This record gives sequence, C-alpha cells and structure tokens, in this order.
Amino acid sequence: MLDIVNISVVFHPSTPNEKHALNSVSLHLDEGDFVTVIGGNGAGKSTLLNTVAGTVRATEGKIAIDGSDVTRKPDFKRAGDVSRVFQDPMKGTAGDMNIEENLALAMSRGKRRTLRWNVTSKEAQQFKEMLSELHLGLEDRLNCKVGLLSGGQRQALTLLMATMNKPKLLLLDEHTAALDPKTADKVLKMTEDITSRNNQTTLMVTHNMRDALRYGNRLIMMNDGKIIFHASGEEKKKLTVQDLLNKFTSIGQENDRILLA
Amino acid sequence: MISLIANIFTGFVNSLPTTLMEGFVWGILAMGVYISYRILDVPDMTVDGSLALGGIVSAMLTVKGWNVFLTIPIAVIAGALAGIVTALLHTKLKIPAILSGILTMFALYSINMRILGNRSSQSLVGLPSIKDTLAQLLNIPFIYTNLIFSFLIMAGLVALLYWFFGTQLGSSIRATGCNPDMARAQGINTDNMKIAGLALSNGIAALAGCLFTQLQGSADVNMASGTIVIGLASVVIGEIIFNNKLSFWIKLSGAVAGATIYRTIIVIALLLGMPTSDLKLVTAVLVALALSLPLIKKHTSPRKKGGQENA
Repeated sequence: MLDIVNISVVFHPSTPNEKHALNSVSLHLDEGDFVTVIGGNGAGKSTLLNTVAGTVRATEGKIAIDGSDVTRKPDFKRAGDVSRVFQDPMKGTAGDMNIEENLALAMSRGKRRTLRWNVTSKEAQQFKEMLSELHLGLEDRLNCKVGLLSGGQRQALTLLMATMNKPKLLLLDEHTAALDPKTADKVLKMTEDITSRNNQTTLMVTHNMRDALRYGNRLIMMNDGKIIFHASGEEKKKLTVQDLLNKFTSIGQENDRILLA
Repeated sequence: MISLIANIFTGFVNSLPTTLMEGFVWGILAMGVYISYRILDVPDMTVDGSLALGGIVSAMLTVKGWNVFLTIPIAVIAGALAGIVTALLHTKLKIPAILSGILTMFALYSINMRILGNRSSQSLVGLPSIKDTLAQLLNIPFIYTNLIFSFLIMAGLVALLYWFFGTQLGSSIRATGCNPDMARAQGINTDNMKIAGLALSNGIAALAGCLFTQLQGSADVNMASGTIVIGLASVVIGEIIFNNKLSFWIKLSGAVAGATIYRTIIVIALLLGMPTSDLKLVTAVLVALALSLPLIKKHTSPRKKGGQENA
C-alpha cells in the first residue's frame, strides 16, 4: 500500500542551520494498517507525515502509494490518494464557508473542479445523513459558517471530510492535541469507528502514549530522524506506557520523559 | 442661505442620473476589487493599470472602426491578461502579492501609452461610442441610456458572479483565499486558483474602464490612478451598511451599493464647495476610517464574552 524507502529530508542544506529532519527512513504499510507514531520534539514525526503528504520534498529516497511513485508529486496532486487532518482545528476547514460547502469541496478531493454547482440538493441530503451519524448536532446546521463552530466540532468535521470518500491513506498529525481531554476522546473514538469500519490505512502521530497503545495495530517510535523502535500485532498489545518510557530513557530522552509522562 | 440649499439640491437632482451611472460603473470595479481583496485575500494594485487598459483598448478599437460593443470583450480579455501577469509574478516567481501588483501596474503605464500611440488621451467625440450609439438607437437623451446600460451590465455581472462562485471552480477559488492549506489538502491547485481569480478580478476592472470610456466619451492614461482605493472604499462602505454575515450575492450587491453611496457622498461634497483636488485626501481618510471601524467598535462597545475572534 504505502512504501517509504530510504527517505531523507535535510532542511537548510549547506548552511549553519542545516538540519537532518529524516535520516534514511523506511516504512511499509499494508492495506488496513493503522500505525501510531510517537517520539520527542524534533524527532521527525511531523516531517515524516508531511513528506508522505507532499508538503515537504524528500531530499533522497522514494515514496510509493500502491506501487506508483509519488516522490515528485506536489501535495495537491497526491490529495486524491492521501487525506490529512492537521493539529490546528482552524487549518482543516474553510472558516468563511459553510458546512455543506466544505463537505462538497472534500467530496471532490482529487477530482477535476468544473462549472458544476458545488452543492446539489441531493448532495446536501447525503451530507445531512453523514453528519447525523456523528451525533454532533450539525446535521441541521448545513448552512452555518464553519468559523462559528467549536474547535472540536471543526476537527470532527475535518475528520469526516478526510474520510468521506475513502482515501487510500489517512494522515493524522496530532489531530487531538489542541482539544480539551473530553473532546479529544470523542474525536479519537470517532477516528477509531471510521478507520475500523472502512479498514482505513492510517498513520497517526500522537504525543499521548496511552493513545498510541490503545489505537492501531502497529506502533513506531522515532528519534533524531530515525525509526528506533517498531512493534506490531501481539507484541504491540503487550506493550505498556512504562515500556515506552523505558525505551525513551534508554536513548537519553530524559527531558521528553517528563513531557510524555 | 435657503437659496444656497435649494441650489445644491437642484444640482444634486440634476446630476443624479450621472451620479448613479458612475456609481454602477464604480460598483462593477468594486466587485473586481472584492474578488481580489476579500475572496482571494490579495490586495491587488493591478486594477489601477487594468482599468485604464480596458478603457484605452476600447477607445483605440473604436477609433479603428470596430463595432463598439465588440470592444467590450476585447477590453475584458486585456484586463484578464494583466491580472494573469500579476498572478504569475506572485505564484511562480514568489514575489509578494502587493509588489507583484505594483510592478504590473507600473509596467501597464508604458503599455497604455503605447496603445494610445504615445499620447496621453483619446477622445471619442464624433465617433460612434456606446453612449451615442444607444442614445440614437432609442432616441432618448444619453444620460438615461447610459444609466440603463450601466445598470444592466452591473446587474448581469452580480448574477454571473453569484453563479460562478457557487460552482465547484468558484468555490475552490474561495477556499484558496480563505484557507490555502485546506484547499491544497482537498487537491486544489492554489496557484491556478489565484491566477484564475486575479484574471477575473482584473477583467472586471477593465470592463469598468471600458464602460467609463464608452459612456463618458474619452480615455486617458491617468483615468484610473487611485482606483484601488475607490474600490476598497466601495467594498468597506458596502460591508458596513450590509451585515457581512449575509449571503454572497448580498455581499456583492453591497459592494455596488457602497460604490453608489461613495459617489453620492463625493458629489454632495463637491456641490458644497470642496475643491476637486481634495478628493483623494477625503477618500483616503474615509477608507482608513472604514477599515478601522471593527477596532473602534471593539473599544467603544461594552465587552462581550469571548469567542468573537473567528466569528
């Protein structure tokens, strides 16, 4: 499904600020894999996701989705296969546009935009049904500006937009980190429902170790631009937060231990 | 005293058809500025050049003997090309948007002079301008045909833009201006949308220039200096009068209403004896006031509970 082969990313090359954000990272995802990504600040988690999404160009290596090489494709050309939910709830939706317009834009993700009316009445009905399944009370507010919604509602809407036409790959970049704990749980529950129902191949970055253990069938830990630990299936199920903290200590990430505990 | 007020009133009534006509044409420009400034979130200075370009292209084609109505689409295309140049400077060469617009506007002065044949103006007196053609055709004074014609074009444009920004393509342009990250995540090529939006915006500015030339009977290389400020004045006056949370076509009409009100204010000020040369100062003050109104409101109204930031 997704093949990341020896990807390296260097920011500000040949300057005093040169930074190797990713160091020859390789990762393979099968269809339906749900991989959680953990690691300290600056470990390269977000860069990994951004490189897959296409917002960051790989300096070296190759990225293939379903066997076709996308390494040189810009982000908007990958959007048909790859959808994203950002950390910032404001980033995933257009605040000046209403709910149905946002959903319609997501509906034609990766397709040609024509002079067809953006939201037909048939689609509005469809959106209404999709929204009522989320139990957010948004199904009667299709004409409401997204900017008037709460952060949690916006993030839930972004998640729906990212998954409604079943992308090949879903990228979640700490998508609950900016929400209060209760809302974060709700959005994570929604994430789990949607991904398991659609057998959705997913990469999820999180700062929360419990979430990293609870969700997904695989886990990777990153440090200094490399994947330093990988667990899947039964091995992952047996892992505890303490195990992960010990791993962090063993690589000398004491500061992050405090952050993550 | 009474006779002075009566004089001003008579003057105002007499000039009303012209004031309204100018309001409608400036309203067309205001819709163009609305697209760049509000929808795309790009303050585009190109309109100063493209409005004059539209007028001059139309005038010179009329001199060459073209059908006057056929000069309209040519002027629009010329303006759209100017907008595309600005958009390419901005998107492909990564020059800041405001500077890209200034560069194109600057260059357009030379181009406009060349089209005019190195003169600074072209009169259409004695030539079949739209003003004269329509007045002769309907056999009524040109101030009325001008008024009707400009109203029809303005209303048609409101309808056209309302339709366009409701389509998938138009919505993609709106999303690009509102949230480029979101737009790209939905697979929208934001560079192309900016190019399309600025082409549209400047095409509309050139349409306004073309109408000024055809309805007033002359084109001048300086006819459009400060256009962007008048466009902005119209847009913000419209937003103050109409609640900006209303639907899209009301916002567009708001820009037209803003332009008409702006023209009315200016005409009254001139009738009251304000020197013409003070016009720009007054307009600038008006725009600055209107743009700072949200801040003024925030400081003067009683404090509301939070959550207003993204409303």
